[in-house]
Amino acid sequence: MVLTFYVAAVIAVICTALMITRLKAVHALLYLVVSFLALATVFYTLGAPYVAVLEVIVYAGAIMVLFVFVMMMLNIGDRAIQIERAWLDPKAWIGPGILAAILLAELAYILVAPAGSPGIVPEVGPKEVGIALFGPYLLGVELVSMLLLAGIVGAYHLGWNAPGEVESLYAMESSRQRAVVSGDFVRAGVDRPTDTP
Amino acid sequence: MLAAILFVLGLIGLLTRRNVIFTLMSIEVMLNAAGLAFVAAGARWGQADGQVMFLFILAMAAAEVSVGLALVLRLHRLYKSVNIDDASTLKG
Repeated sequence: MVLTFYVAAVIAVICTALMITRLKAVHALLYLVVSFLALATVFYTLGAPYVAVLEVIVYAGAIMVLFVFVMMMLNIGDRAIQIERAWLDPKAWIGPGILAAILLAELAYILVAPAGSPGIVPEVGPKEVGIALFGPYLLGVELVSMLLLAGIVGAYHLGWNAPGEVESLYAMESSRQRAVVSGDFVRAGVDRPTDTP
Repeated sequence: MLAAILFVLGLIGLLTRRNVIFTLMSIEVMLNAAGLAFVAAGARWGQADGQVMFLFILAMAAAEVSVGLALVLRLHRLYKSVNIDDASTLKG
C-alpha cells in the first residue's frame, strides 16, 4: 500500500509538470485528467475512499467536461479540422495513456490484494464523514450551498446573451460587410479634406 | 510534501502561462493540493474533519471554475483571444 501511494504520487507530479509545459490546451487537459486520477488513488491509499470517489466524479468528470466544452466553443471553425487531425496523432495520447495504464495496474493490484490488508493509515469511511458533515459542520454545508447558488447565478449571468448585445453584434457584423461592399462610398466621404467647406 | 510540490507546480503554471485556460487549470491544481493537505492531515489523526474540508474546497472549486469559464467565454467574445494580458485594463 505504501508502494501504491508513492507510485501514484510520482505519477501525479509528473502529470502536473507535463501539464504546465504543454503548448496545446487539449494535451494539457489529458495530462490534467490523469493527474486527478492519480490524486484519487493517493486519497484512497490515505484511507479516504469517499473523497477518492468524489475526486473522480467531480474533478475528473464534471470540471473536465466544463473545460472540454469551453475549448470546443473556442475552436469553432476551420481550426476544428486541424485539431481533429491532431487528436489522431498518437504522440498526443501515448504519454497520458502510459501513465493511466500504470494507474489501472495499481487499481487492479488494490482490488486483487487481500481485503484485510491494512492501509498505511486507518481508514475513515463515508459514514464518519457524513456524521461530521451534518453534525458540527452543518453551518458550513449551508454556506457551501449558498456559494454554489451564487456560482450558478454568476455563470448564468455571464454566459447569458443579452438580446440587445446580440443585435448590436449582428449590426456590427452587417455594417462591416456593408462597409466592405460599398467601400468606395465610405472612403469617398472619409477622404474628403476636412478644411474644405 | 506531495501537496507542497503540487501547489508549487500549480503556482509556476499560474505565473508563467499566459493562456486563461492554463491559468484556470493551474488554479485547479493548487486547490487540489490544498485539499490533499487537508485529507492527509485528517488521515494522520484519524479524524473526518479533513475530508469535510475537502468537500468544501471541492464545492468552491466547482463554483469557481464555472464562473471562470463563463468569463473566458466573455473574454473570447470580446477580444477574440484567450491571452490574459489582453484583459489587463479595467473599466470602472
